[in-house]
Amino acid sequence: MDFAPVLDGFSVVLEPTNLLYCLIGVVIGMLVGVLPGLGPAATIAILLPITIGIEPVTSIIMLAGIFYGAQYGGTITSVLLKLPGEASSVVTVFDGHALARQGKAGTALGIAAIGSFVGGTVSIIALTFLAPLVAGFALDFGPPEYTALALLGILLVSTVSSGNKLKALIAAVIGLLLATVGRDAFTGGERFTFGDLNLADGLDFVPIAMGLFGLGEILYNLEERHTTVSAPAKVANVWPSRKDLRQSSGAIGRGSVLGFFLGILPGGGATLASLAAYAMEKKRSKTPERFGKGAVEGVAAPETANNAAATSSFIPLLTLGIPANGTMAVILGALLLQGVPVGPQLVNQEPELFWGVINSMYIGNILLLIMSIPLVGLFVKILRVRPAILAPITVLITLIGVYTVNNSVFDIVLVIVFGVLGYLMKKLGFDPGPLVLAFVLGTLLEDSLRRSLLIFDGDPTSFFTRPISGTLLVIFLLVVVVPPVRAALVRRRTSSADHRTKELV
Amino acid sequence: MTVLVGFLPTPEGEAAFAAGLEESRRRSEQLLVLNSPRGGAPVSTDAAPDQVVQDLTARAQACGVEIEFRQAPHSGEVADEVLRVAQETDASVIVIGLRKRSPVGKLLMGSSAQRILLDADRPVLAVKP
Repeated sequence: MDFAPVLDGFSVVLEPTNLLYCLIGVVIGMLVGVLPGLGPAATIAILLPITIGIEPVTSIIMLAGIFYGAQYGGTITSVLLKLPGEASSVVTVFDGHALARQGKAGTALGIAAIGSFVGGTVSIIALTFLAPLVAGFALDFGPPEYTALALLGILLVSTVSSGNKLKALIAAVIGLLLATVGRDAFTGGERFTFGDLNLADGLDFVPIAMGLFGLGEILYNLEERHTTVSAPAKVANVWPSRKDLRQSSGAIGRGSVLGFFLGILPGGGATLASLAAYAMEKKRSKTPERFGKGAVEGVAAPETANNAAATSSFIPLLTLGIPANGTMAVILGALLLQGVPVGPQLVNQEPELFWGVINSMYIGNILLLIMSIPLVGLFVKILRVRPAILAPITVLITLIGVYTVNNSVFDIVLVIVFGVLGYLMKKLGFDPGPLVLAFVLGTLLEDSLRRSLLIFDGDPTSFFTRPISGTLLVIFLLVVVVPPVRAALVRRRTSSADHRTKELV
Repeated sequence: MTVLVGFLPTPEGEAAFAAGLEESRRRSEQLLVLNSPRGGAPVSTDAAPDQVVQDLTARAQACGVEIEFRQAPHSGEVADEVLRVAQETDASVIVIGLRKRSPVGKLLMGSSAQRILLDADRPVLAVKP
């Protein structure tokens, strides 16, 4: 492996502008992590228009900072107020808040910060070595491989994600449908445009993401009232004792590895990783009854895993151009907005961007470790802002922002339409993530499918004759077939079924 | 019949609590402490921390006074909430603490104490820290 571009990447990160935006990114990330409701996907979506004015590297460094910074911030409210600021910190509540009630809030926050740092760093190091390999491998990808990959990605996102699978699948199908709006890339025929010129170029990604993630979440939040109001918490003695560290070191190690792999998986990401890590620690522990009553491992494992996963989910995006989850889809949108060629060629064509973004995560994690503990009090103060004050400001920024991208009023209408759609989806238990992801992958899927059918002279069985696309399609079929088979097996005998799926998926 | 104290974790609230405790002992009535932060935000400095609630409860019990603590958040004006709870429990007296507020500050922010004093249909005891 050639290390010169890696080192060049560091020189990119250490430019003052990039350092500044890295800091801004992680601070914003921590803030939205603290605020319940407004997640990283929403924030990145809202900030998309701002990134147009700045350099591609700088903007992606900032957006990445928001994503992994939010994983740190979510812990604070989980531990202190039993109020997860972030979906990926939900499991931290059980043991984190129990520790806080025992007067050991500092320990929980300290362990979480250290775990997050270790998880993030391990994941970046693995990313540094793995990403160029995957990218090199992906250079051999042709249209058939991309077809298979996009299919697999959409399917995994809708089945692996936590939540109702059928609803996720419905959302994904709507996303695919939305991707077909506009002029057909091959024949030039217009589809679903209703003769409207605004729709002729297809729906833009930015207003959809800003509407579904941004406006939708804001609307949903306004409805939610906090029935209990707590007094601001005080945190003393932040450093965990040596015994706590020793107790949680195993959990941190396992959480890093588990988080890394679950982050790469399409549909995986931070939320799934934290749930899985918590479950694993509980299963491994000799004293599982301690969990939920203030076990340090119960804080360390999910917090480590969610940071590791947040970092490693950049691998599929930066090497294949395929986002692994909703937030990555929005970052992909930012890359496309900047005109950066996303795909396996990124690492060779834009080494500065590739390594600049990856190396910025080292700096970002150090910044977060330094900031997270002394600034806890400040972040808790943010929670005193009422949604009634925050929401109108955010909506205004969103609508002005989307207008500035294309100077188009039609985009504002789109944001409002998708905002209402996002609100209704959340209210009815649909996750907007699969929709956005399927929308992004839909164009790729259609283009590469039709291109490969042209190559194959219209023979779909040829997909199985190429090794990579064949393997991917077999995995695709396994993902489709295994859950019903497993369900049937579970009905017959419960014991061995769990084991089987773990190996296959 | 109860003695209703409008409480905030401030010196004024402390003074109101002390006066209310004295009053409920004199009248041998139940003491109702209303600590209602404004709803909406998850955290508010108006909410009394658990430690304070425990301290006040202990102090009331030491004096042999029956105490009830209400911390449900309110929407709208806090004065309305105090008056509503007074009506609901048919309080014999409302005890509030007065804070120093400049004329301009009062013009801009209004005065919850003044609204309680003017609108209450029962005796109000206003104390200063």
